[in-house]
Amino acid sequence: MSAVLRARHLGKRYKQRWALSDCTFEVPAGHVTGLVGPNGAGKSTLLNLAAGMLTPTSGTIEVCGGVPGDGPAQLAKVGFVAQDTPVYASLTVADHLRLGARLNPGWDDALARRRIERLGLDPDQRAGRLSGGQRAQLALTLGIAKRPELLILDEPVAALDPLARREFLQDLMEAVAEHGLSVILSSHLVADLERVCDHLVVLVASQVRLAGALDELLATHHRLSGPRRDVATLPADQEVISASHTDRQTTLVVRTEAPILDPAWTVSGLTLEDLVLAYLARPAGAGSAGRPALTVLR
Amino acid sequence: MEGAVIEFHLDGRSGVSPYLQIVQQVRHALRLGLLDEGDRLPTVKEVVARLAINPNTVLKAYRELEHEGLVAARPGVGTFVTRTLADASLAAHAPLRQELRRWLSRARRAGLDDESIEALFMTTFRTAAREDIA
Repeated sequence: MSAVLRARHLGKRYKQRWALSDCTFEVPAGHVTGLVGPNGAGKSTLLNLAAGMLTPTSGTIEVCGGVPGDGPAQLAKVGFVAQDTPVYASLTVADHLRLGARLNPGWDDALARRRIERLGLDPDQRAGRLSGGQRAQLALTLGIAKRPELLILDEPVAALDPLARREFLQDLMEAVAEHGLSVILSSHLVADLERVCDHLVVLVASQVRLAGALDELLATHHRLSGPRRDVATLPADQEVISASHTDRQTTLVVRTEAPILDPAWTVSGLTLEDLVLAYLARPAGAGSAGRPALTVLR
Repeated sequence: MEGAVIEFHLDGRSGVSPYLQIVQQVRHALRLGLLDEGDRLPTVKEVVARLAINPNTVLKAYRELEHEGLVAARPGVGTFVTRTLADASLAAHAPLRQELRRWLSRARRAGLDDESIEALFMTTFRTAAREDIA
């Protein structure tokens, strides 16, 4: 697997507060990766580090084989659409395209013009007078026409109505299919991510809690419900992500590669939303350091 | 180029993964005779531009259909149906449906409600499937 982003013990501190700490993970090339997490988890910090808008306090981050923001060649490889899809309010749509052409060596002017025409944007319109959906589409046009290897989008659809959101994601997926670019996007809208992403990174309280291919994550997490039971008695290969108990019943979310064989459990799958919520609600420090691993003696 | 014959749709609440939904919709169309040998499936770009889904999802579905011998990809041209499923089994539908109807009315006479009927059917279906594998 070739990686489009590699982070090793990556950390970023603002004054006294660590916005991101000790993050080690990879994002594969040629995929659409969703970045989820609650507000303040460090998503924007991570994306800004990847784009080269920020520099790490500790650890390293490598994007498309180079250091983020390190010279024109690196900048040309990475497209970045910051939060709220910013554009220059006083410049016209045509000005934006001219600016894109001047600033980006790999600029695909034909693609940009085709998109603007298809979207029905008036080239002489000032960007400040565009609707939220149109503004987002203009920002996406600049990001795609730059022809980057990696396109990073920070909450691109959060402020859009459902129709504009769908249109934005349709166009983004079309660009992925056409140009094979890698995408990392953050979003709160898990239902959207479930459609467009095939890879997922869950960030909670400045740390990466979960990263992997969506299919695998969904296939290896299960909801178990059955008679009340102490989680310490579970097989060692079942990692408990969340547990709730009533007097009589226990409901768990577990992660395991192996099939669940215990007939006492009713086993069901999880939706992406359930999966993400289970990790968001998980207390810090749980997981590897949580339950001591049991070994099976034969 | 001739247009694609079918369009896909996604049910977000079904709990079935998007790739499997596409596979099932193609199989379904083949069974009903909606798709025929030589028909072209929508291109990956067409599907993602319509459904706003990940291109790899569509590729995965098409690969699975190819693996089953139902379609074949012709590079640069598209993915085409190579085999139909609307063969002898289509003729068997009508008598099977009739039997199922009779069974359903027996179940109702025995006092089962919709939910009980569905639960009974699904557990029997699953058990039978498991026994077939074993």
